[in-house]
Amino acid sequence: MLEVCGAGKAYGSQAIFLDFSLKVEPGQFKVLVGPSGCGKSTLFDGLTGVTDLDRGDISWKGKTLANVQDHAAYMQQKDLLLPWFTLIENSLLPAKTGKKNLNGARKMAADLFKRLGLKGFEHHYPGQVSGGMRQRCALVRTLMFQRDLILLDEPLSALDAITRQGLQNLLLMLQSEFKKTILMITHDIEEALLLGDEICLLGPRPMTVVEQFVPRQPKPRRFNHPELIEIRTHVLERLRGDISHEAV
Amino acid sequence: MKRSNLLAIGLALSLVGIWELGVRLMDVPVFILPRPSDIAAVALVKAPLIWPHALATLGEILLGIGLALVTAVPLAVLMFANPGLERGLAPFLVASQAVPVFALAPLLVVWLGYGMSSKVFMAWVIIFFPICISLLSGLKSCDPEFRVLFRLMGASFWQKLRLLYWPWALPQFFAGLRVGVTVATIGAVIGEWVGAQQGLGYLMIQSNARLQTDLVFAAILWLTAMGLGLWIIVGVLEKRTIKWKLK
Repeated sequence: MLEVCGAGKAYGSQAIFLDFSLKVEPGQFKVLVGPSGCGKSTLFDGLTGVTDLDRGDISWKGKTLANVQDHAAYMQQKDLLLPWFTLIENSLLPAKTGKKNLNGARKMAADLFKRLGLKGFEHHYPGQVSGGMRQRCALVRTLMFQRDLILLDEPLSALDAITRQGLQNLLLMLQSEFKKTILMITHDIEEALLLGDEICLLGPRPMTVVEQFVPRQPKPRRFNHPELIEIRTHVLERLRGDISHEAV
Repeated sequence: MKRSNLLAIGLALSLVGIWELGVRLMDVPVFILPRPSDIAAVALVKAPLIWPHALATLGEILLGIGLALVTAVPLAVLMFANPGLERGLAPFLVASQAVPVFALAPLLVVWLGYGMSSKVFMAWVIIFFPICISLLSGLKSCDPEFRVLFRLMGASFWQKLRLLYWPWALPQFFAGLRVGVTVATIGAVIGEWVGAQQGLGYLMIQSNARLQTDLVFAAILWLTAMGLGLWIIVGVLEKRTIKWKLK
């Protein structure tokens, strides 16, 4: 279980969050939705160790840590593939740097390439394939970290609608098949509703969880269900309210 | 052939043409300004005389480049790994460039002698700086998001250097190397002017004194060809190394 307890972070006099707490159960897919600039990226920076939190505890599997840097895999909006390595070489980077069994890793990567529709493109360079393929390769690399916790920072927001749908199903596979514990941030409420077991709506600075939703619909979900539409309408109204509130 | 190449060749030919025509029309004596056709003829006819000198100069330049590479690259990496060291050394590096190296040339001959070493040293001093500084800024230009990714992967400094920073810095490294190899000729020739027993700079001084202006120009022609050749070689190396840019 990932637990963030009483986290606080401020830049100068600007408090990003004051007393932020969060729990992600093992195997859970948790999604944080919030307006841009609400501080979700700063929270992720704290989790990945890019910045230190001013206060608060992070614990993973019951152990208190400064951050989850050594326990989490990470995927973000940019694919972060290195242009001088082929797709397969890129996907093997976590194995190469992490002192893992390279032969086992090769087998695993080859299998994942097949599963994610990248077969035949192993020896292409990132510059030679489409954005969707690059992001799928980034997903393979994320799995090659072989870590139980996965942090997703708007991983699909740079993709077009059709490509994104395909990748959403692959993200679900992370949970259903690889039993990963997933914490994702996004500003796309529909994506949150399609993927999340639990969706936390975040309010602007200082960031807090203003509302939580647990859709009853089993996954894979389709967006034509009244329950999801209802939640979306509610969330969008709230976000709009926050914005107009801020403007006043 | 590419348009840009045609343009370069056309420009070169017309400049040479204007020179040739001007000298012929104004009847300039050969010891003041020889015609391009004379220079070309001398460069070819006297090739056996020029060749050993050209080889000597080329040797000095290549040694200077080699020496600069084996010193500038490790120093750039050290400074990159250790920003405190960079802050400490930067003033000295800049100072080493602010001192007019050419003014030191006579002293270098006193210290290192008339042989090759004073010229190699001159070339080294001149090439070192662009290579070191461009490599360092290339290493530092790496996107911070990639650094985060590699940190999460648990990569060691050497792994990051090999897999991430070094390839990232290569385009800038080559830009520095290109500058370095083209200015290297200057260092070697100045060194030879001050005191040498061979080399194209030595040949130029000797010919100048005898008013063999066409031979001076022939030596310059060979020097230019050498600088251009080195520049092309670095370009080819760059293209071979940085394949991903083309794809």
